Amino acid sequence: MLETVLDIFDNFWVALGAKLLLVALLIPLIGMVIGFAEIKLSAKMQARMGPYFAGGRWGWAQLIADGIKFFQKEDIIPDNADRPVFKTAPMLVLVGTVALFVVIPFGPGLIFRDLSVGIFYALAISSLSTIGVLMAGWSSANKYSLIGGLRAAGQLIAYELPLVLAAVGSVIMAGTMSMSGIVEAQITAGYPYVIFQFVGFGIFMVAALAELTRIPFDMPIAESELVMGYLTEYSGFRFLFFFLAEFANMFTMSAIAATLFLGGYWLPGIPTETLEFVGPVILLAKVFLLAFAMIWFRWTFPRFREDQLQTLAWKWLIPLALANIGATAFFKVVL
Amino acid sequence: MTLGDWISQPVNWVFSALGLAVVFSGFRVVTAKNVVHAALYLVGALAGTAGLFLLLSAEFVAWSLVLVYIGAVVVLFLFGIMITRAPTGLDPALDTNRKLVPGVLAAAVFALMTWAAFDAFGVEQITSAGVATDNALLGESLLGRFVIPFEVVSFVLLGALIGGITIARRDLTPVEEEERAAV
Repeated sequence: MLETVLDIFDNFWVALGAKLLLVALLIPLIGMVIGFAEIKLSAKMQARMGPYFAGGRWGWAQLIADGIKFFQKEDIIPDNADRPVFKTAPMLVLVGTVALFVVIPFGPGLIFRDLSVGIFYALAISSLSTIGVLMAGWSSANKYSLIGGLRAAGQLIAYELPLVLAAVGSVIMAGTMSMSGIVEAQITAGYPYVIFQFVGFGIFMVAALAELTRIPFDMPIAESELVMGYLTEYSGFRFLFFFLAEFANMFTMSAIAATLFLGGYWLPGIPTETLEFVGPVILLAKVFLLAFAMIWFRWTFPRFREDQLQTLAWKWLIPLALANIGATAFFKVVL
Repeated sequence: MTLGDWISQPVNWVFSALGLAVVFSGFRVVTAKNVVHAALYLVGALAGTAGLFLLLSAEFVAWSLVLVYIGAVVVLFLFGIMITRAPTGLDPALDTNRKLVPGVLAAAVFALMTWAAFDAFGVEQITSAGVATDNALLGESLLGRFVIPFEVVSFVLLGALIGGITIARRDLTPVEEEERAAV
């Protein structure tokens, strides 16, 4: 009985539709979980109460209520805005996020598509959201939006390089660019790559924070200077798109970092036969641990100044990442 | 190949759709009346080209195109345009009456490329391998047989970089240097 039901998924279009539906449900769910963690943890870290009433206990329904609120809000487009570009920008940002889910391995064989250029694809497709952010900033016809968009673009360009270069270390060690191949190489080696790639891991996490434009790298939407940066003119469900993309991106960035450096769906000591069932749980645990660290940083560190941000990327992270690649390649050849 | 054969293969439909999208976006890049729109149509044209490479199973080239051209080059275009002057709405300064010479030039380049392609391949059918190109093979040929062209290209880029700095940089006058030292 079950087999005949599963046979439907042999059809390419049915399988494609099912995968799309799964991601379409996954993104709001992840957005809500991480968003809720963010508001509760930030309240805890600042000795506040945080949401308390929605849903009856712990305010668990707060983000569901927020989501419904965004949907019933008026969809405002400024008079001077460039309408088609203004409308496309949030979609493009969300597409960049959705496309990242393609190559995240949740378990052995549990991956939407195991591309042979997996990590390269992930880094390439994530650059789409840069265009979306620039489009949003420009098309709003608002000074603050434009400055925010420009700051965001400058930041995303600067930190994409260390992000890519930091990933190269793990790729050299694994000898493959396929995401599940990198996890399998770590299983074969018997240790997660962070043991030797701790420099790469550190650079990757700093660059990921900057790519996500989160504190301490949130100059593009610095509310004390720029209102809300490139998001200023957005309201209703278009704002919700950006909001969801931000939290879903936290998930995907953490998942990529976990895959490259922390062993992905594998933990040392867990028998490999059980990974098909435990694997997704292990990966999710690692992802939420990293997401917790990101939230923790946000409520601990002050914001960088714009020139400090660029100095950090160009004068420190990029040379460090290049040195890391050199060292990794050296040991790969020698050992 | 008959028309029926052609229609029955989905790859032909995908190719036609992508090709038309690329041609349309390319046309709009030069005819758009707003410089930001032109840059965004360029994104469309490049994305379509990446799709064409994917059809040829050249995954690495396709995603390189996305990473380098869309993710870096067009982003820098947009950045440069927006940091200088980028009003929303139509920009009449983008139109020109002198269309004849560029038109002839473009037609000549098109004719030359078409002739070169036909001369090299004729009507020979190039079928896709069906499987993605092996990355290890690609890397070995780039750093083995083709290592000299590969290095020469990076040398050209280095030259462009130094040239860019030379053009953009302005040496400080002695007074300005003193001012800077005082700060």
